[in-house]
Amino acid sequence: MDMPLPDPQVMARRAGIVARLASVLPPDALITDPTETRAYECDALTAYRCLPLAVTLPRTTAEVAAILRLCHEEQVKVIPRGAGTSLAGGSLPTSDAVILGVARMNAVLETDYANRFIRVQSGRTNLSVTGAVEADGFFYAPDPSSQLACAIAGNIGMNSGGAHCLKYGVTTNNLLGVTLVTMQGEVLTIGGPWLDPGGLDLLGVICGSEGQLGVVTEAWLRILPKPEGARPVLMGFTSNEIAGACVSDIIKGGLLPVAIEFMDRPCIEATEAFAHAGYPDCEALLIVEVEGSPAEIDDQLARVKSIATRHSPVAYREAASGDEAKRIWLGRKSAFGAMGQMGDYICLDGTIPVSELAHVLRRIGELTASYGLRVANVFHAGDGNMHPLIIFNANKPGDLELAEALGADILRLCVEVGGCLTGEHGVGVEKRDLMHVQFSPTDMEAQLRVKDVFDPDWLLNPAKVFPLDVTASRRVA
Amino acid sequence: MRPATEVELAEIVKAAKTPLAITGGDTRRLGPVRGEVLDLSGLSGISLYEPGALTLVVRAGTPLAKVEAALAAEGQRLPFEVPDMRRLLGRTGESTIGGVVAANASGPRRVQAGACRDSLIGIRFVDGTGAVIRNGGRVMKNVTGYDLVKLLAGSRGTLGVLTEVAFKLLPAPEATATLRIAGLDDARAVEALSSALTSPFDVTGAAHWPDHGTFVRVEGFAPSVAYRSAELKKRLSAFGPVEPALTDPWPAIRDVAPFHGAEGDVWRLSTVPSEAASLVTRANARQALYDWGGGLVWLLVDEGTDLRATLGPFRGHATLIRSASALPVFHPEPTPIAALTRGLRAKFDPHSLFSESA
Repeated sequence: MDMPLPDPQVMARRAGIVARLASVLPPDALITDPTETRAYECDALTAYRCLPLAVTLPRTTAEVAAILRLCHEEQVKVIPRGAGTSLAGGSLPTSDAVILGVARMNAVLETDYANRFIRVQSGRTNLSVTGAVEADGFFYAPDPSSQLACAIAGNIGMNSGGAHCLKYGVTTNNLLGVTLVTMQGEVLTIGGPWLDPGGLDLLGVICGSEGQLGVVTEAWLRILPKPEGARPVLMGFTSNEIAGACVSDIIKGGLLPVAIEFMDRPCIEATEAFAHAGYPDCEALLIVEVEGSPAEIDDQLARVKSIATRHSPVAYREAASGDEAKRIWLGRKSAFGAMGQMGDYICLDGTIPVSELAHVLRRIGELTASYGLRVANVFHAGDGNMHPLIIFNANKPGDLELAEALGADILRLCVEVGGCLTGEHGVGVEKRDLMHVQFSPTDMEAQLRVKDVFDPDWLLNPAKVFPLDVTASRRVA
Repeated sequence: MRPATEVELAEIVKAAKTPLAITGGDTRRLGPVRGEVLDLSGLSGISLYEPGALTLVVRAGTPLAKVEAALAAEGQRLPFEVPDMRRLLGRTGESTIGGVVAANASGPRRVQAGACRDSLIGIRFVDGTGAVIRNGGRVMKNVTGYDLVKLLAGSRGTLGVLTEVAFKLLPAPEATATLRIAGLDDARAVEALSSALTSPFDVTGAAHWPDHGTFVRVEGFAPSVAYRSAELKKRLSAFGPVEPALTDPWPAIRDVAPFHGAEGDVWRLSTVPSEAASLVTRANARQALYDWGGGLVWLLVDEGTDLRATLGPFRGHATLIRSASALPVFHPEPTPIAALTRGLRAKFDPHSLFSESA
């Protein structure tokens, strides 16, 4: 993975730029000591690291605007950062760039139950948004696995999803408005606590733009009343194909479970060894969760069971209590930790049409064997968002490159069957060089135009999302 | 001009020197026709329909009725309950699916299932230079690159000509029930709707039709619908007697039937529900209709009324839907937002071929 060479003019002016930042920020909002900026050298894609020119941690929208105005004047690149949990390298710095972290902006600004929204500062963590409204019977629906740590700013940047988006949608479906600071330092309000945009749906394109169009400092989020209850059921099958067919039949049957999670044999074995959740010994396992009152749940699960039975499950376990429900989810929630025990791993995020599940899993198995690596699959089957985990040994020379090559092949396969490179993690630097697999030069040019309008000098997070050769003529040299 | 293929369409746009009026069935246009009519009805047909994956890909000129019939045959539907604007606007054409997307046309179920833009997962379009651009795809979750799908939805043809659109679908429900409370004033009605929408009972319609009643809908499996209706009835009884609606009010609410054929200008407010009733009072309206729990308000006012001036600043915006006046159709945007809109239009339509409101 290449990053552009640092801008020599900016590097030469480093001291002056830092002095100017110091003049507009409180002392504790600016970090320049390399021992302290090291904490910001990477995000959750730890394979790539670089110390930034400086780190800024503003507390107000006015401070964010001051930083951006100044960096625009100085033509210094800015890397927006939420909580630094991107799996795609979305907030990976370059040495000539200033990190703008919003983690200190974490206040709840307004809660309005009658109108069903909450307004928060964007550094607030995903789970603590729900935390702020939970006691009153509400929740914020998008629930990425990192929800304890990840910030709303990053969720908006990447249009994050989660396990429950089959029913509730992803970030873009739950975002009503934002306060956005442009690279020029202008503070804009886009959208608000009503449902429709008045003109072009700018919010729709800002969400998922990976911090390349502006810095979101506040957001209006839709909050929903909590369902009365939820209950998972676990079922095991003798092949991936059969489990895939069962997923399709559940969806076709008019059921809309809040989650349908899929684990294959390598994943089941690894999580069993790690978490001892008591999972059955089988080729593929589904966890299906439904919501409602106890009677509604009984009715839905009876329907799920009659569909599953047609596929001759080798195990079928309905949670009879809260403890059993926790045990069913235990393995799924420990899956990534379990993989970590097996070695280093790359987590892919391609999405495929649900009808291609079995075919794609078989092809992934063949590709993996040809590379001599191991892959475990755990993913959101209801919406086709796969998460193959490629296990490798970071200490073995060449193994990371081998794993990345396998990952690229798997993502090409996802696109080939009608899917996409990333369903919820974002492109970042990780999938940047594969964009041409999914998009023609014309398709990409149309996207670049949007950035041209918001950030004509290409200073915001410029080396991400699009292949470097595609953006070379636009980026500051 | 009526191209039969996307390639022909791209050639027409490339060669065009004067404005084009992009037209599906001409059932949702708000402003006047500006330019030569570019009729999209030739780009018709379903490209892909996978009921098992809840996915539909369809060419933009396909009649909405044809799409709905194909889905109904498999017990599925577009989630967002498309309004039929013909009688409100006095048109007779055949609504096309591309026009639905260009207008982001979304009905009562929007409170629960989202708008058209929330179900739209992929598009193909021809921009103002004649380039064919693809964005999104046919999968449910996709964050690869910028989301031009959302940007084009509701852009009313100002950024490009849609040629193909892809949706995620929902199964049609087994059962539906609508509850009615009679006699509530507007403010109290919005409170009742808010109470229903803040319940865990998954309400899929929440509207107030003055003099007809305040309506709440639930959909799903029969036992669940029965249970939730009963619970909602208990919850809403504080507002007055709650009874099952005798006739289905949702098509009339969706299509703004109370204003069909009525004299006066029609406005549409998107706002915060708790402000809706006071806005209606200030508007001095002849008639009002509240949907989306009060977040959407249809108003019938005296001809020529500048409602934006009458209301002053409020949380939300006002669109002029039907009028002979020269007032702008869309709510004027703050200067920096207007600059972004202009910038995007200049990039996607550098020769200004696409009219303001197709």
